Amino acid sequence: MKNESTNVRVLFCALMGMALLVAGCGGKKAPIPPPPGPIGGSGNNNSSGGSSMQKPVIASFTAEPSSVERGQSALLRWSVSNAAEVAIDHGIGTVASTGTSRLNPAETTTYTLTASGPGGSATATATITLTAPPPPPPQTNNISGNTAKGTIESRVQSDLQDVLFDYDSNNIRDDARNALISDAEAIRKIFADFPTATINVEGHCDERGSAEYNLGLGDRRATSARDYLVQLGVPADKLKTISYGKERPACTESDESCWQRNRRAHFSAGQ
Amino acid sequence: MTRKTVFITILFAAVLGTVAMFAQQQGIQAWITGLGGKPALAVPVFRASGVAQPFMDAFNSTLFSDLDNSGLFEIKPKSVYPLNNPQQPADLRPEDNHMGFALPDWGGAPVNASDLVFGYAAATNGALALYGNVYDTRQRIESAQLFSQRYAGSLDQAGAIRVAHEFANDIIQKFGGSASLVGSRIYFVSNRSSKDENEIWAMDWDGNNAKRLTSLRSLSLYPGVSPDGSRVAFTSWAKGTPRIMVVSTETGRQLPFYNQEASLNAFANFTPDGKQIYYSSTAAGLTQIFKADLNGQDFKRISHRNAIDVEPKVNPKNPNIIYFVGGPGAQQIYSMSADGLDVQRVTNGEGEASNPSWNPDGQHIAFSWTRGYAKGDWNIFVMDVSTHEYSQLTHSEGRNENPVWAPDGRHIVFASTRGQRSQTYQIYTMLADGSHVTRLTQQGNNRYPVWGTK
Repeated sequence: MKNESTNVRVLFCALMGMALLVAGCGGKKAPIPPPPGPIGGSGNNNSSGGSSMQKPVIASFTAEPSSVERGQSALLRWSVSNAAEVAIDHGIGTVASTGTSRLNPAETTTYTLTASGPGGSATATATITLTAPPPPPPQTNNISGNTAKGTIESRVQSDLQDVLFDYDSNNIRDDARNALISDAEAIRKIFADFPTATINVEGHCDERGSAEYNLGLGDRRATSARDYLVQLGVPADKLKTISYGKERPACTESDESCWQRNRRAHFSAGQ
Repeated sequence: MTRKTVFITILFAAVLGTVAMFAQQQGIQAWITGLGGKPALAVPVFRASGVAQPFMDAFNSTLFSDLDNSGLFEIKPKSVYPLNNPQQPADLRPEDNHMGFALPDWGGAPVNASDLVFGYAAATNGALALYGNVYDTRQRIESAQLFSQRYAGSLDQAGAIRVAHEFANDIIQKFGGSASLVGSRIYFVSNRSSKDENEIWAMDWDGNNAKRLTSLRSLSLYPGVSPDGSRVAFTSWAKGTPRIMVVSTETGRQLPFYNQEASLNAFANFTPDGKQIYYSSTAAGLTQIFKADLNGQDFKRISHRNAIDVEPKVNPKNPNIIYFVGGPGAQQIYSMSADGLDVQRVTNGEGEASNPSWNPDGQHIAFSWTRGYAKGDWNIFVMDVSTHEYSQLTHSEGRNENPVWAPDGRHIVFASTRGQRSQTYQIYTMLADGSHVTRLTQQGNNRYPVWGTK
């Protein structure tokens, strides 16, 4: 018994000694390291662990490409630090600190990113500029359909914009009405250049409803668009409606921006 | 009445109501288990007369353990069996008030077996003779027999065990090979020969012998097969707008079908007698349901609704009940008479519903539904159309759509995006409880399967 308690005492002293040694013999105790701060913010004015009092920093906010033709999409890309909340206007809303968003603006749009936190806020802008599509190359032969006025297919594709709809609806919204008014004028010019042509008014849907029901809904959208054009003076017998349901999507991402692109009436050259 | 009496009455009614609801909820599950999970066997004890009786213990325990160990069956417990059981087919009666001599005594609650295994043994000429039978409990006696067979063995324990093994083996062979599907064909849409073209294809029930039926080089979708398997009607954009076409499944030759003047004619489905076709058309403006002869003549408008109505499906047991999918608002499944009257909503309004498919019994449908998930996230459900109870078979393993029953009423073929990187579909089969999912197609985008008898 005696030996054991002596051994214990010796061990205890040795440990204490080692602890004192480690703690810093002959000097002050080493400071307790601070907890790691948030990403990209440590080591500045405040030394109390965490740099939440720092202003948000927008490292980048770009549009790629910054110029697109109508109907093409561009990618917004951003990287923000020190922010509690990051939001982009024009309907994009609250987003993560780092991310991308594919957009299809109908006109030149400047997007403003706002990053806010306890330390303050910061903004940045990125602009997507819509350019007109390149004019068709000049043709040297005059065989009908392939002249300086372009082919009927290229004219329909470049001059006529899609008409967009709400989910499960074929109502003509304000933006749809504007598109149809512009399309009616473009169609007048196309028929003037191609007197025997007809144009297909296609109806399309986003991916979510069933294919069968969407075939019927696409038909209603095509019919709504066609009827409005007829009201604007386009001859009814030169417009043919064809529904594709959700068989011919313009994009395949599963997000609202792509779904909206797909809920459309679209134009193509008739046979 | 005193307040106490009123209270007790209400409590009693509530308890009764709960019990009734509970009993009802067992209904769809019992039906599914009975037909499509593992076959559910009732195996009453086999007896023998005279000198063969001492060996029947060995017979019965061997038969039971062989069937049980096969993993193919759910064997119903003897504790719920009726008082009596038939020993030979001649013992069967059409109905027996639950005494046990009628097939419904075994097919209904509380036994809920899909098949009855019964028979007896006897000593003949110094040998053991075993007479074994397997009958489908949900059929009339005349059409219920799966097989009956006599087996011979030595008149001792070894002989009894041997005939038990042989009988069990025959039962296992009968069910293991899904014999009732042999010869049936699945018709579907595939773009495997050309990414931008969708054609109508056919393959065996197990995915073998796939062959292309059409060469329209266009978009052709939504096949419907005639009850005798001789023709397939489908919707094709080959002439510009969606129109109905019909081909012979034997020759591949196109058969005539008159399409009304309309931007859309689609979703042709045959009546159970194979003599008429229901379809959707925009001939009257909105997409509405029409009926016509096999060649499209003599057409007549059936639905008169201010909505988009698609996918007409005739009840195989009652041609006066038509199910279809329609608006207004979120798409749901509706029923109507063959004249378009008595329209009622079948699904409960939650989410969106689609693709109703009739079980050959005319009492259940499989369908696609987004209930419990986001728009576009389709799963396959089975519903009892009289009680409206439903059971969910898939659980968002990708999108699961276009379920169609096999002629055996136990299997379902469907399309699913599960395991696919892009939004392509492959065709699968499964049992009515969602188990035994088997992939049938490999390459391309394969969709809209329907199951024909040949």
